[in-house]
Amino acid sequence: MIINHPLLGPRDSAEFVYLGDANLIERPDPEAETAAREFYEYAYLRDNPAGEHRELWFHEAGDRSWLVVTRNTLTHEISDVQMARDVARSKGRSK
Amino acid sequence: MHDLTPITALGGTNARVETIGAVTCSEVPDVALASVTARLGKESQTRTAVKKIIKADAPDVSRFDGGDVLAFWAGPEQWMLEAPFDSHEDIAARVKSVCKTNASVVEQTDAWARFDISGAEVLAVMELLCNANSRAMDVGACTRSSVHHLGCFVLRRAPEMFSIYGPRASAGSLLHAIITAMHTVA
Repeated sequence: MIINHPLLGPRDSAEFVYLGDANLIERPDPEAETAAREFYEYAYLRDNPAGEHRELWFHEAGDRSWLVVTRNTLTHEISDVQMARDVARSKGRSK
Repeated sequence: MHDLTPITALGGTNARVETIGAVTCSEVPDVALASVTARLGKESQTRTAVKKIIKADAPDVSRFDGGDVLAFWAGPEQWMLEAPFDSHEDIAARVKSVCKTNASVVEQTDAWARFDISGAEVLAVMELLCNANSRAMDVGACTRSSVHHLGCFVLRRAPEMFSIYGPRASAGSLLHAIITAMHTVA
């Protein structure tokens, strides 16, 4: 499987480490009143889609950046790759 | 008073040089290294500081540039600075004095072992060693890839010369992989 790194171009997936659902970027606000429930959902509840899945990959044997990869879990086709920091910043994070 | 003997990454008193067929692999111990990582929102200031240090623009993605002090791209907003050890033993302090609080600077001198591989068949050796598309890399290109399951920086310094920086603690394993590839090609 080849992951098309936004900065470095096509790289073998063996250079990467898989973390899991890209929703891990969406850490709930620990100050919120519903924090306990939200952290429970954040930590334990995951969708397990047969199809398109957004997931985090770490370029461990490369430039060590985090990527958000959109992958079809049925075909392994990768339709989109973005830098995780760009995804987080587009949501108003890490400013 | 301690009476310590300086040794290279491979444990010798002199740098090891191996020539097999048309390729030579040399251990290069006399390099000082420091990493520079821009702090959030200080990216342009860090680029300016790197430019001041290497007297060339801060290298773009997968590039290296500079002279006596050279910088190579290590990651987004992150560079490794390399200089001769004799003149720049205190490289991290010097770089920090230029970058100030715009960047985090970490001494890296004894974290890495450098091997320079050169000769007519160097590309065949590089192809066996790592995933990086070494034939497509021009002089001035660098990348981080894995060699023998070790995360290494690969720099093409000349048409027939590559440098590999690997983790110093695994210098022996890295040399083993290089020598094996050299034997295969020879």
